[in-house]
Amino acid sequence: MFMFEKALVGSRRYWIWVGFLLGVILFGFHAYVREHELGLMITGLSQDVPWGLDIAQFAFFVGLGASAVVLVLPYYLHNWKAFSKVTVLGEILGMVAVFMAMLFIFVCMGQPWRVLNVLLYPHPNSLIFWDLSVLSGYVLINAVITVTVLSAERDGVAPPRWIKYVILLSIPWAISIHTVTAFIFSGLAGRSYFMTAILAPRFLASAFTSGSALLILLVLLLRRLGVFDVGPEAVPKLTGIVTYCMLVNVFFIVVELFTAFYSRIPEETESFKYLFVGLDGTTNWVPVMWLSILLAVASLVVFLVPRWRTHPRLLPLACAFAFVSVWLEKGFAWIVAGFTPSPLGVVTPYRPTWPEWSVVLGIWALGTLMLTVFYKIAAAVKTTAEAGYVTAITKDAVYPGRVA
Amino acid sequence: MKITRKQFLKLGAGSLVALSGATAVAERAAGDRASPEKSNAASARRQYAMVIDTRKCLQRPGCTQCMEACHQAHNVPYINNPDHKIDWIWKAPFQNVFESYDSPYIQITLKNEPVLVLCNHCDKPPCVRVCPTGATWKRKEDGIVTMDWHRCIGCKYCIVACPYGARSFNFTDPRPYIKHLNPNFPTRHEGVVEKCDFCAERLAGDKPPVCVETCPVKAITFGDVNDPSSDVRKLLGAGLTLRRRPQLGTGPNIYYIV
Amino acid sequence: MRDRAWIVAGLALFFALFTYPLWSRALRGQRGEETKLALLMPAHQADCVMPVTYMRASHMKLLILWRREVVRENIHTFRAYDGKVYNISLTGTCLGCHSKAQFCDRCHDYAGVRPLSCWTCHVDPALTAEKLK
Ligand code: HEC
Ligand code: HEC
Ligand code: HEC
Repeated sequence: MFMFEKALVGSRRYWIWVGFLLGVILFGFHAYVREHELGLMITGLSQDVPWGLDIAQFAFFVGLGASAVVLVLPYYLHNWKAFSKVTVLGEILGMVAVFMAMLFIFVCMGQPWRVLNVLLYPHPNSLIFWDLSVLSGYVLINAVITVTVLSAERDGVAPPRWIKYVILLSIPWAISIHTVTAFIFSGLAGRSYFMTAILAPRFLASAFTSGSALLILLVLLLRRLGVFDVGPEAVPKLTGIVTYCMLVNVFFIVVELFTAFYSRIPEETESFKYLFVGLDGTTNWVPVMWLSILLAVASLVVFLVPRWRTHPRLLPLACAFAFVSVWLEKGFAWIVAGFTPSPLGVVTPYRPTWPEWSVVLGIWALGTLMLTVFYKIAAAVKTTAEAGYVTAITKDAVYPGRVA
Repeated sequence: MKITRKQFLKLGAGSLVALSGATAVAERAAGDRASPEKSNAASARRQYAMVIDTRKCLQRPGCTQCMEACHQAHNVPYINNPDHKIDWIWKAPFQNVFESYDSPYIQITLKNEPVLVLCNHCDKPPCVRVCPTGATWKRKEDGIVTMDWHRCIGCKYCIVACPYGARSFNFTDPRPYIKHLNPNFPTRHEGVVEKCDFCAERLAGDKPPVCVETCPVKAITFGDVNDPSSDVRKLLGAGLTLRRRPQLGTGPNIYYIV
Repeated sequence: MRDRAWIVAGLALFFALFTYPLWSRALRGQRGEETKLALLMPAHQADCVMPVTYMRASHMKLLILWRREVVRENIHTFRAYDGKVYNISLTGTCLGCHSKAQFCDRCHDYAGVRPLSCWTCHVDPALTAEKLK
């Protein structure tokens, strides 16, 4: 079913990797169970900072999910041949990342067993309701697309015509998941750091940055491991995309800083001060933020110099920098700044505790496992199809009607 | 597979329409169910409110009687760790409660004596707007922003949305921290949010909220602001009162005489 | 078929787990013999808030109705079938006549109803602040 049999054969290396990931998942699950026996008090969360690492990770992974669109859109709308083999990797990444994002909301809830109340008593005035709907829709859409396209490819037939509409739908849908996620935060009176119209665009820019950087890394890794080669053109094109996205991302941050600091409204500036220089003596986010800035700038330097961005060792390094930079800012520090200072002017430091990190690690391992398995299936299908085990088909036959 | 750009644009436009439709629904659902004009028109509708006379509070510096009474009546746990502390009614420094009225030369008593704060039972409560399950809502008949502890999933979105810090999350099982158990009011358990409910259970028996009743200097006046003859309206009509962060448009119903 | 052994072992395991409720009792030496259910009944009361057959079968429905009325509809009194008016309260009314431990819990244990989540919040009057710690 769903070509799962292809994930059940593999080298020793593969099984060791799967076993390792399973171990980490169990470890994270154990931490989660403890978190819910003892209550969230064993996390670093507090009345003033009620959302922390988990929700920041949630925003980050929704972004990663949405970033599949950087492949889907050029490939299907603009017929970029360079992405013909890599697009499926992006779709799978999108599906897995959004699934992980949903798990991140789940683990931060106080009463997880009551989660179905969201569907039993739907309240469309709450953005959480919309978010849950669009996120699960997105996972479903991407699952349908990958399974349909891959099984058609395996069988050497053209995919059914209706799939085209699903793929088309997935493009605005990807934008919508991240927009709705930004709306969760950006419509709150009294949280001025969150309440900015640029939040959704900024989210999208950072999402596409981290997403395309990760895709480049994954593509290079798969090639290195000899699992799957997406062809020579995909990486340069993706590098171009990640460069633009990083530029826009940095630009948006500068725009935010300008409005805050030129207007000098205390409410607007305090959160930024908390991040960049510390507030009321709490400075634990300052190194994180500056590291993020430093990495962003370093990656941009590499991306912008033609000789460096094609360098086989500098490019992955720059991508890793870009990814970590966004991760530090959006997946970690950003959320805390929105809660500091609290409505009553208090600065409560937030430090994620070990159980929190363990749960995050567990979800990461689960995501990596899903990615490993799905990529293995996709690679197996693609390489057998190519090697001609299946009646030889051209790429054009797979998508009939697409102009070459 | 050929997709013209026109097709794509159509699709995009379609989803934009859907999105704006959703926004409109959200707007309506979150809309002003209890704006004063409307409730006046409905005339029978009450909106409970409080006037807190901080000058009277100042007569007894350090007094915590209302807080004690409230927390005992509602089985609010006494947790010392400020990160996990649960409060229905508490005191906070004047310059933090009314940051826009703060000045370097402020009256020394105001600077030193913290102000009583609690849930504002807003006209347009942001916490209600964001709750995904309807576990918190504004009661039509009397404007109390109340909670259904049976339904709360503990997502904490309401805490995030509240601009007054009036909501607390149960980070752990509260029972071991309860000093005097009141069997007639249920406790809460780990993982749900709680806050002041204007003593809805006492109002049902025509008793005033317990903080109002306990205050030794009668600093808190409670009543219906939609009733022109009520005590709160008399106080509001007699002089200047302040509300917390009214510029946010939440329409808080706790008024302060400073 | 090299895998036959695996398949048979898997099937056997599945069957064993599936029939767990049947053989586990036998293993523990319990012969489904009837234990008598002894409920502590209210001493000076003749009637419940609803006819006893209704209560026996559907008291949880009544409790959910009560909960909705108090929490969501601000209705605090209940007119019983015999015209008596009760204040709606799980602790104050139900447990005013019944004992939690020797009435509700005893029957629930007997009937194998999973422990009620209600008591993590609703208070048994027999409980005091000291016992909570
Ligand atoms: C006024 C006292 C009183 C109150 C209040 C009361 N009960 Fe009862 N209840 C009784 C009496 C007496 C009986 C036995 C009636 C009989 O046997 O005819 C009974 C019977 C029952 C039974 C059936 C027991 C059996 O024999 O199978 C259940 C279940 C029950 N009550 C549950 C409740 C619940 C739940 C509440 C709260 C909603 C409640 N009772 C409130 C007095 C009360
Ligand atoms: C005569 C036996 C009996 C007595 C006495 C009894 N119960 Fe029950 N109760 C049951 C049974 C059986 C069920 C399960 C019904 C089902 O699952 O359909 C149940 C279910 C419930 C439920 C729903 C549980 C759930 O998890 O959904 C509640 C609440 C409840 N009882 C409360 C009470 C309270 C409170 C009392 C004491 C005042 C009480 N019961 C006394 C037999 C009893
Ligand atoms: C999270 C804690 C919590 C749990 C769990 C809980 N309740 Fe409640 N319940 C409350 C609170 C708090 C109130 C009081 C609300 C008020 O007075 O406004 C209440 C009120 C009620 C009321 C009406 C008033 C009263 O005091 O009895 C009923 C009936 C009720 N609950 C039934 C139940 C039942 C049945 C269950 C189990 C299935 C249950 N509750 C589980 C917290 C809880």
